[in-house]
Amino acid sequence: MRAEANPNVIEVEGLTRLFGDFRAVDDVNFQVRRGEIFGYLGANGAGKSTTIRMLCGLLAPTGGRATVAGADIAREPQRVKERIGYMSQKFSLYMDLSVVENLNFFASAYGLAGAERRARIGDALAQADLEGKGDLVTRDLAGGVRQRLALASALLHRPPIIFLDEPTAGVDPVARRGFWRVIRELSRAGTTIFVTTHHLDEAELCHRVGLMVDGKLVALDTPEGLKRTHVPGTMMSVGGQGEGRARNIAAAVTGAPGVLAVQPFGLRVHVRVDDRLAAPAAFGAFLASRGLPADDVEVVEPGLEDVFLALVQR
Amino acid sequence: MTGAAHAPALEARGLRRRLGITDAVAGLDLTVRPGELYGLVGPDGAGKTTALRLLVGLLVPDAGEARVDGVSVMSGGPALREALGYMPQQFSLYGDLSVAENMRFFADLFGLAPAIFRQREAELMQLTRLDRFRDRRASALSGGMYKKLALSCALLHRPRVLVLDEPTNGVDPVSRRELWDLLYQLVDEGLAVLLATPYMDEAARCHRVGLMYAGKLLAEDTPAALVKGFDDVTWLVHLSDAADPGARDAAEARLRERPEVRALSPQGGGLRVVVDRAGDAEFRRYFAAADAHWRLSPVAPDFEDVFLRLVTHAS
Repeated sequence: MRAEANPNVIEVEGLTRLFGDFRAVDDVNFQVRRGEIFGYLGANGAGKSTTIRMLCGLLAPTGGRATVAGADIAREPQRVKERIGYMSQKFSLYMDLSVVENLNFFASAYGLAGAERRARIGDALAQADLEGKGDLVTRDLAGGVRQRLALASALLHRPPIIFLDEPTAGVDPVARRGFWRVIRELSRAGTTIFVTTHHLDEAELCHRVGLMVDGKLVALDTPEGLKRTHVPGTMMSVGGQGEGRARNIAAAVTGAPGVLAVQPFGLRVHVRVDDRLAAPAAFGAFLASRGLPADDVEVVEPGLEDVFLALVQR
Repeated sequence: MTGAAHAPALEARGLRRRLGITDAVAGLDLTVRPGELYGLVGPDGAGKTTALRLLVGLLVPDAGEARVDGVSVMSGGPALREALGYMPQQFSLYGDLSVAENMRFFADLFGLAPAIFRQREAELMQLTRLDRFRDRRASALSGGMYKKLALSCALLHRPRVLVLDEPTNGVDPVSRRELWDLLYQLVDEGLAVLLATPYMDEAARCHRVGLMYAGKLLAEDTPAALVKGFDDVTWLVHLSDAADPGARDAAEARLRERPEVRALSPQGGGLRVVVDRAGDAEFRRYFAAADAHWRLSPVAPDFEDVFLRLVTHAS
């Protein structure tokens, strides 16, 4: 089979979707490799969900083509659906059913039966740390455990690729770390992960990240590569010493030569500067020249949020 | 302390509330000053939402007291309603009403005179940039716009204290930053804000943070001071082949075996490692002998490290 030799699990060429005159997805091109954790970011309304719905075989494209796990999304949407898993914050488990009832429901939906079904449900319980707890009502599970049960349900039929649509919205850091450990294990075992998130610390955990703005894919690279390209310079965190002062500092440095971007950050201000001001002495002298104290300055790493804002507010 | 001269705008003293078999809030003391942005952070089930409901008088405490501008929230009455704005986590708006209709509804609730309403509506619409969407139904708004409308409705009556339960959940990064800019602006004008969030990068943006776990505060301070007090050592491990996720995973599996390693997470092409201070010398000895291609550089701890440490200790 051709798909066996192909390292790409998703191939997208010129993918376009119109709603009336509105170009929700506009000539998008990318590939996702087997086992890759691929992050897909964008503002609300940028076209992420429309892209996912097309890739899951739920919505026909207006133009272009895409294959998912070897199946063409326009000509073989049913085969696409059989070969993918899907999980989202909004659509997942039945809260009033028990853990096992939920797993049985999904197993039936995927056509699993007999010994195979029992074995897969056993695996899913283990994966969600719910062995021996199958009778618990889903509503009573902690958020993080419920999240992992939803993931295990979406993987019951062992799809080669899983789509995760904002899987951790509202989940705390402890549970999120646990969830991402499972994601990385899946990736290591060869499952491809396509994930959307609004939380850019999670995007840092992806192998590659694509960013959509107004229906177009405007950037695609590793997190490090995106930062190098789109957030040049050095980020200084300047102490604000008291409420309200941060805004004064921001006002005093905004637009100055050598200053690339300014952002209040709690009691501090993040000031991104070019080479002229990157040396500590130069930056200290710059602050002093504006009547600002230079005794509380730290260099901080820019994050993907800075990349996101640089690209979206262009 | 900069704001010590101010009386607290919002105050909790010994608040307790049992829900079913759990002590959802088990003795909570906190104050928020005018012009202060206070973040209540904690894992799911820590009691954040219950604490906020007690603080705004929606739940009756089993013990203790909450005061807004010196007035007990249990005394209720118009003074409290005027002082307080509250944005719950779940839908607080009418989905089948338009943006403008929702605002008018909340203005009527608070008995705003028409002239005052028109002026404040115009201000808030401009501030939140919702003017373009005034005829759109609330249920058709994106997550970010919906939250901005909910915030506008909570601000219409000019409260002096604003309580927000996970205001940015489901909101994209651009709208999130707009919401934060809006909050900073209001706080600069003297508003006291208390917000609950599960996100550590947001906690780091607050003036002061309380870390809540099992119904109590484990720690409370400015984010910078909490990070400064972090006692473990944080390292970044650079791998020889940063582009190869397999190499990173293999390194992670090896380092996870080390008893002195408390936490481990991928960062960039490398790994971020939190090491017990007492075991740090041992860790560096191990590291020097482990792999000639690995390199170690110090990194500053961040707020998430502090949070995970405190929660791990407490549980």
